[in-house]
Amino acid sequence: MGRIDRIAEPWGTRTPYGSGETWPVRVDTHLAEGVDAESVDCWVQTASILHSNGDAMDIAVKDNRIVGVRGRASDRVNHGRLGPKDLYGWQANSSPDRLTRPLIREGGKLVETDWETAMDRVVARSKALLAEQGPSALGFYTTGQLFAEEYYTLGTIAHGGIGTNHVDGNTRLCTATAAEALKESFGCDGQPGSYTDVDHADVIALYGHNVAETQTVLWTRMLDRLAGPNPPKIICVDPRLTEVARAATVHLAPRPGTNVALMNAILHHIIANGWVDQDYIQAHTVGFQDLEKEVAKYPPALAAEITGVPAGKIEEAAQILGHAERLLSTVLQGFYQSNQGTAAAVQVNNINIIRGMLGKPGCGILQMNGQPTAENTRECGADGDLAAFRNWSNDAHIKDLARVWNVDPMSIPHYSPPTHLMQMMRYAEDGSIRMLWVSGTNPAVSLPELRRIRSILAQDRLFLVVQDIFLTETAQLADVVLPAATWGEKTGTFTNADRTVHLSEKAVDPPGEARPDLDIFIDYAHRMGLKDKDGEPLIKWDSPESAFEAWKECTRGRPCDYTGITYGKLRGGSGIQWPCNEENPDGTERIYADGKFWAHPEYCETYGRDLITGAPVDPTEYKALNPEGRAIIKAAEYVPPHELPSQEFPLQLITGRTLFHFHTRTKTARAPELQAAAPDVWVEVSAHDAGTYGFAEGDLAEVTTPRGSVQAKVRIGGIRDGVVFLPFHYGYWDTPGRHEPDGAGRAANELTITEWDAASKQPIFKTAAARISKVRSGAGPAPAPTNTASAPAGDFPAEARTRGIPSALADEEIPGQGTHGPADGHGGSGTDEREAQL
Amino acid sequence: MKLGLVLEQLHRDEDDLAQHLLRVSERHKVDHEIYHLARDLAKWSQQHVREIAAIAGRYGRELDPEPKGENTLLEKIREKGSELVGRDAEAGLLLLRDLREAYIKACGVSADWELVAQAAQGIKHMDLLEVAQRCHAQNLRQMKWANGKLKESATQILVS
Repeated sequence: MGRIDRIAEPWGTRTPYGSGETWPVRVDTHLAEGVDAESVDCWVQTASILHSNGDAMDIAVKDNRIVGVRGRASDRVNHGRLGPKDLYGWQANSSPDRLTRPLIREGGKLVETDWETAMDRVVARSKALLAEQGPSALGFYTTGQLFAEEYYTLGTIAHGGIGTNHVDGNTRLCTATAAEALKESFGCDGQPGSYTDVDHADVIALYGHNVAETQTVLWTRMLDRLAGPNPPKIICVDPRLTEVARAATVHLAPRPGTNVALMNAILHHIIANGWVDQDYIQAHTVGFQDLEKEVAKYPPALAAEITGVPAGKIEEAAQILGHAERLLSTVLQGFYQSNQGTAAAVQVNNINIIRGMLGKPGCGILQMNGQPTAENTRECGADGDLAAFRNWSNDAHIKDLARVWNVDPMSIPHYSPPTHLMQMMRYAEDGSIRMLWVSGTNPAVSLPELRRIRSILAQDRLFLVVQDIFLTETAQLADVVLPAATWGEKTGTFTNADRTVHLSEKAVDPPGEARPDLDIFIDYAHRMGLKDKDGEPLIKWDSPESAFEAWKECTRGRPCDYTGITYGKLRGGSGIQWPCNEENPDGTERIYADGKFWAHPEYCETYGRDLITGAPVDPTEYKALNPEGRAIIKAAEYVPPHELPSQEFPLQLITGRTLFHFHTRTKTARAPELQAAAPDVWVEVSAHDAGTYGFAEGDLAEVTTPRGSVQAKVRIGGIRDGVVFLPFHYGYWDTPGRHEPDGAGRAANELTITEWDAASKQPIFKTAAARISKVRSGAGPAPAPTNTASAPAGDFPAEARTRGIPSALADEEIPGQGTHGPADGHGGSGTDEREAQL
Repeated sequence: MKLGLVLEQLHRDEDDLAQHLLRVSERHKVDHEIYHLARDLAKWSQQHVREIAAIAGRYGRELDPEPKGENTLLEKIREKGSELVGRDAEAGLLLLRDLREAYIKACGVSADWELVAQAAQGIKHMDLLEVAQRCHAQNLRQMKWANGKLKESATQILVS
């Protein structure tokens, strides 16, 4: 057992392993001061709720309080490891400022009340609006952090009970493009990859995916491969010098907004050199000729002018991709939140497809999720899709869903795609959505162009219900605030980015009168009197497990088949990958193994969209194009970003995240170790741009776009010249303004543009024109971490480098090794029996 | 041969479609997807205008290669107007009207291109056929966009 500062060393100790070997176990533990493993009352099984990796862990409970966490050695996802957010983030649960009673707005102020009064108010308004306007007046905006049981219940209430088309999740901001890219290429959501592909891959290509910070444990797995024999080559596409970029064989740093031009050039070079699997293309795909024709227009030399990436580097990357024998491709926000998100992500799929690299060990695609339960928001129909990947434009699917819910098919809105979030905000703006119920998310900080968002949410004519665990910026604008229980205080399941389902059990009681989200939704359904067509209650379940059983029935025969999973099966062992059914009782590690896809016209989740215009593809057109349900190779032309640098705004602004925080910091800022590691906003500029504008490290700067301005201290880092970066986590709840700027802005989204990808409807957070100016000189370094992508470029005082506060010391146990010292070759293969017991 | 006449009409119709899409964009600035997409799709039609002008000489027509420009002052006024009425539900009806018009204009252009393609095949002018096929493909995408937006927007606007 070793002790290690996991703020200073976020990825912990190396346990190297070679290609095809099993990733060694390393168990990470962090317990509250004065608590040791022996004095813990019990350990309760769960998985991480602070990122999308799905790291399994046990919660330590003592005297009905959470006192720490420990990684689960037996789990397929993390083999015992935990990231810093998990090691320290649990402390937020017991923050003194948790919401413990419902609040209602009286005389302009939020005042405490009881559940009866609060729910009465919500129900009375719902009923009045239904009578006056109908279901189109009600919208539901949820999150990527509730459980499958809760999303399914919410989706059933909204789509099957209320009959509104306005249901979406904040997954729209982080994962909508992942879903859309998979739907476009394979006719259906579902990751054609597995984390175990890291164990086998000889090339790992990461596109706009700063895995080192968004999924620290997955990066640990990659680092362990890199430290072992036969390490994989790494391709990194990112305008910042991330940890991934530092470890990469080839690092491509394109101008923001030019990803499609870059991808087309890579595909151009691969195809021109014949590095494709013609047999696979012939047997399993449609559309290759279109791609060939389109990418022929993008020789690397032309793309170099557009992207600013040297042609030689593009060719080098294409050469590596073209010769890979086991290619794992991963994608995240650098593509999704940029100009032409879906078109760019689809081109990543195309590389694996035309090289025939799917469904075999090491050959996969992980269109990553940003949030822990985003996959469930998508599959349960709480995010602008219908439950269990049913196709809104296929009448047979609607009929089948109506059968599951025992309602009339016409009561499920399917006259158009479910309304996406940005359109819902527009409807709230034009006054046609008059009640918005926000659960577990904070649009007043996370949506683009915050001044507009605040003005929409603050309207008197909008009845705003907020269900959350803290009085967030959004909750402060609400008419009714419902206090919710969170992770560790309620039971349910959730699914990570490689389709692994985990059970998260209740460890302690929620504070005060806070209630599980599931109970709140079910209570609403009953108070509303929502019935099926036989007059029975629409929601027939009353507990997490009965909700899960209902959800399982809804998935029967669909791609995300859960019917082979039970709570009992999830207890004790490892998480299980769907589809899990009679045919695959232990789950399915790799889908599309035999070149068979879920794209058949009768089965697919969608007929797709035009990647540029977003227009839905007509069912007959899809059937003509793809009658047998093959993989669909879709080409796309490069379209420049709409907001380009100008004389007034000569730079490009991108926003993003840091390793130590999650979303709008509601939890991570309340964990002292994490908050100390990244206490306040900063802005990153390159050394060249710092010279141009006369900045020294730590100077206070003002970043301005046509939407507003933000003040932040300058970090001179490894970012591309001409690009500035702001982390989006920092809002106002811990500032004097409380929900809005009091003086200078701090939230990056004051600056972002209201625009979204036409295909996935995901907002574009990474392509805005901006200018920067100096406000005053600083007295020390910027409050930015130094061991991440925000690492300083030049000389930097050693004492100002990121390290943990004393309580950041965590335990690491490597079986057979026992210490946290650097492993020398084959960590985990030792035989020291004393240490081998976990 | 009457092909020149058809090209002249197509030139006018494409120009008209581009103008209309620009107007839709300006008038509905607060509907951000429509604002951006209508401008992008207008550019396709403007490019078609140039291509038609470039090839029409062979068929006895001198056509202006420059699409009609935008009136930037007017545009700004319309955009401001859009922001002012953006919280008025009645603006929704105007949006449906404008999308319907865009759809119909795009349908007209589609028919024009079919005429040109048929004629090009008859006289075996492969370069004209190539232009027709390429531009018509984009025109169909404009049409589907307008139709898709119309369907997607109609329910909320009409029932609320």
